[in-house]
Amino acid sequence: MERTCAVRMVNITKTFGHVTANKSITLEINRGEILALLGENGSGKTTLMNMLSGIYYPDSGEIYVDGKKVSIRSPKDAYALKIGMIHQHYKLIDVFTAAENIVLGQKTEKSLAKKQIAAKIKEICDKYGFDVDPDQKVFNMSISQKQTLEIVKVLYRGADILILDEPTSVLTPQETEKLFGVIRRMRDHGHAIVIITHKLHEVLAVSDRVAILRKGEFVGSIKTSEATELSLTEMMVGHKVELQIERPTPVNPIKRLEVRNLTVVNPDGLKALDNVSFDLYSGEILGIAGIAGCGQKELLEAIAGLVRTEPGSRIIYYAPGEEHVEKSLIGKSPKEIKNLGIVLSFVPEDRLGMGLVGSMGLTGNMMLKSYDENGRIFMERRSPRKLAEEIKSQLDISTPSLNTPVRRLSGGNVQKVLVGREISASPSVLMTAYAVRGLDINTSYAIYRLLNEQKKKGVALIYVGEDLDVLLALCDRILVLSAGRVTGILDGRRATKEEVGLLMTTVEGMKAGVSEKEGTHS
Amino acid sequence: MSISENSNTNAQQSRNNMDENKQGIEEIPVSNVKSGAPKVKEPFLRITKRDFTPFTIASCIRALGILIALILSALFIVCITDLNPIKVYISMFSGAFGTATRTWITIRDVMFLLCISVGLAPAFKMRFWNIGAEGQVLMGGLVSAACMIYLNILPTNILLLLMFVVSAIAGALWGLLPAIFKAKWNTNETLFTLMMNYVAIQTVEYFVDIWDKKNSHSVGQINPDTMAGWFPSAFGMKYFYNVVIVVILTVLVYIYLKYTKHGYEIAVVGESINTAKYAGINVRRVIIRTMLLSGAICGLAGFIEVAGISHTISKSTAGGLGFTAIIVAWLSKFNTLAMAAASLLIVFLDRGAVQIATDFGLNEYASEIIMSIILFFILGSEFFINYRLIFRRRKRKGAEVNDA
Repeated sequence: MERTCAVRMVNITKTFGHVTANKSITLEINRGEILALLGENGSGKTTLMNMLSGIYYPDSGEIYVDGKKVSIRSPKDAYALKIGMIHQHYKLIDVFTAAENIVLGQKTEKSLAKKQIAAKIKEICDKYGFDVDPDQKVFNMSISQKQTLEIVKVLYRGADILILDEPTSVLTPQETEKLFGVIRRMRDHGHAIVIITHKLHEVLAVSDRVAILRKGEFVGSIKTSEATELSLTEMMVGHKVELQIERPTPVNPIKRLEVRNLTVVNPDGLKALDNVSFDLYSGEILGIAGIAGCGQKELLEAIAGLVRTEPGSRIIYYAPGEEHVEKSLIGKSPKEIKNLGIVLSFVPEDRLGMGLVGSMGLTGNMMLKSYDENGRIFMERRSPRKLAEEIKSQLDISTPSLNTPVRRLSGGNVQKVLVGREISASPSVLMTAYAVRGLDINTSYAIYRLLNEQKKKGVALIYVGEDLDVLLALCDRILVLSAGRVTGILDGRRATKEEVGLLMTTVEGMKAGVSEKEGTHS
Repeated sequence: MSISENSNTNAQQSRNNMDENKQGIEEIPVSNVKSGAPKVKEPFLRITKRDFTPFTIASCIRALGILIALILSALFIVCITDLNPIKVYISMFSGAFGTATRTWITIRDVMFLLCISVGLAPAFKMRFWNIGAEGQVLMGGLVSAACMIYLNILPTNILLLLMFVVSAIAGALWGLLPAIFKAKWNTNETLFTLMMNYVAIQTVEYFVDIWDKKNSHSVGQINPDTMAGWFPSAFGMKYFYNVVIVVILTVLVYIYLKYTKHGYEIAVVGESINTAKYAGINVRRVIIRTMLLSGAICGLAGFIEVAGISHTISKSTAGGLGFTAIIVAWLSKFNTLAMAAASLLIVFLDRGAVQIATDFGLNEYASEIIMSIILFFILGSEFFINYRLIFRRRKRKGAEVNDA
């Protein structure tokens, strides 16, 4: 296989205000090669690739495509150079069909008949092994179908340099494997492929070469065959990292929460949760696994009193020390739950849209749940300010001042503010949704440590996560949801990734209990 | 399905934002280079967001904006009207502050506009786009006028107090209706409050017809002889009470929004309904309560207009200021103290326009163009405070040669 240089980026620098996203980066992308662009969140991977796809323009530096110096001022220029990018956030029109989305915005296609378009799409699909129905509307597609469509769209436009931004973050292990197959086939057809990722095992599984960025700087590139998970982490983080997540054995678990037949209907009239039942014990971490939209969000929000539950649903809380008293949480608002003396902490998925007030500083956010406790008319600001100072120093939050709007902080710091506030309330139940999404390795491990500290204190924890490796390493039990139903509750110490992955995609709800080793032969 | 998509895209987006650690700074390349241009050129102009603009730089940009506006208006004046621009500017200033009477009229108008803007502040802070101030002012004015007509036997103090209360209630009720619909069924408050204006206008027309004694399609001054329900002058100042009421309201609303629990709830609801629910805030109650307040203050503005300024009622009592107040509210970013300055600016420009129209026999459109130019540049400078332009650099070698 011939490996010619498709793209050469030389001394690329890009700044946003005072933040240097890319600092004098030189990178080569070759044809017939899968390049993994590896780096922690905020290391500048996406920014760098956005300059190839015409979204950003570099402050300085040069880009050569096939040896010729080019200037990519817009996505149109990028397409003219046969560069296509599949963004993390899909850019599709929901009400259009696959074919309509594919030809959208292409002036040359004006006169093409539907049949010809369909034929061309089919040709691409056959060549690389895609499965796309040109007449299917996007809103009827699953996440992975949408991703496939994005790839076909880019190929249809003639791109032979493909950039995929975190393509696996929303896929199940099985879908990921399928995607990798397609990527390999595209490589074998001589395309240049870049995948942006921060997942090490994927890098090792699919790429030929790894280029590593750290804090906007190019650290180096090595052949994947010469790399190990540990060596890559060290290059990525800059120092040795302990990749071990602690999992203390639950001490004296007592039932804290009893969920029975929980059913939630979403505004479209569909069942987001269907007869979900489980128990939650003190001193344990219960993991919740499932593909995006399988009902995790509704489950946590139902317990927190934020969504309406259907008749017949039961959520019973047993307070520490008075386990014989049943307190029902059904139909209670967050305030009513609080008034029952139950401290239920919740770190929601949407940090700035639900957990925090983006325009307020640390102090303003500390009082979000407690502003009503003191004083009659005026706000009491002294104790929240003190709490803000404590959390800032304890969790090492970097912010210019306590009044800087939290929306201006980095993702890791935002999450620390949120988790810090929720833990400071000394909860008896702590629910977290995607607690480490978008965080770098160090912050992620800091969050795991915080959760384990709570666990040791006897708090009952629910951890909704997307990284199966973490779920399997951190949680005592793993509840798998698929389309709103519980498809299994597994022992975190014994379950395998394949088992969980299979249960995640099981459509017909099998009642709780470990399914036999069906998952392993896939 | 749609739920799952939404949650996913949100998540993706928030991750995207966090991923780059660039704190919401975006960049929009402007490709305005002709398609025939050689490929290697970088775009002529790029726009990037500033992450922080120091106050001094912001002030400089604003000052520069006003200066450019004055120069451009001067050009317009010279080219189109053949007048001396300096004289025109002087006349403008004298229109607003030339004599004691003019100054008082300016103050009076500023107070009226400020009062409506202050009324909008709580609603806007909650992202409830109340564009029904016009109607709320009218209703406040209407009930004030009704009190003056039917209860003119009461002593003025008691009458004024009564008018104060009922006008606030009338405005509040006019704001309550859209708030209830918003809180219960999430109707669009912009359309609803807008349409309520027309209902108010027609209601006022109806009563003007009833109260019209001379068949002149107007009510005329109410109680011109007894002056019942008119603001008395104090300390020799005719508009003393207008100023006192509005200044007190301005300060109170400022404190309300900034330091009270209610203010905190309003800010949270305005930022995100989901966050408010998460925090245990009763969103419906906050929406209704806040709109009652917003409507009440707008109703009071109607009271001030009828009792303190015109002493009559007509469908133009609000005079479109319910809409002008929206500009004031946005210019001052919902800070009621800044609204005083923004109101002054708008009234100053308006009074100036009238003055130059009379002084130089210009038709009013010409002077309005000058005012528009100035306002345009003041608003436009906000863009340059938030964004930075980057022009294409010259070739580096060339620059070095130039330096040497």
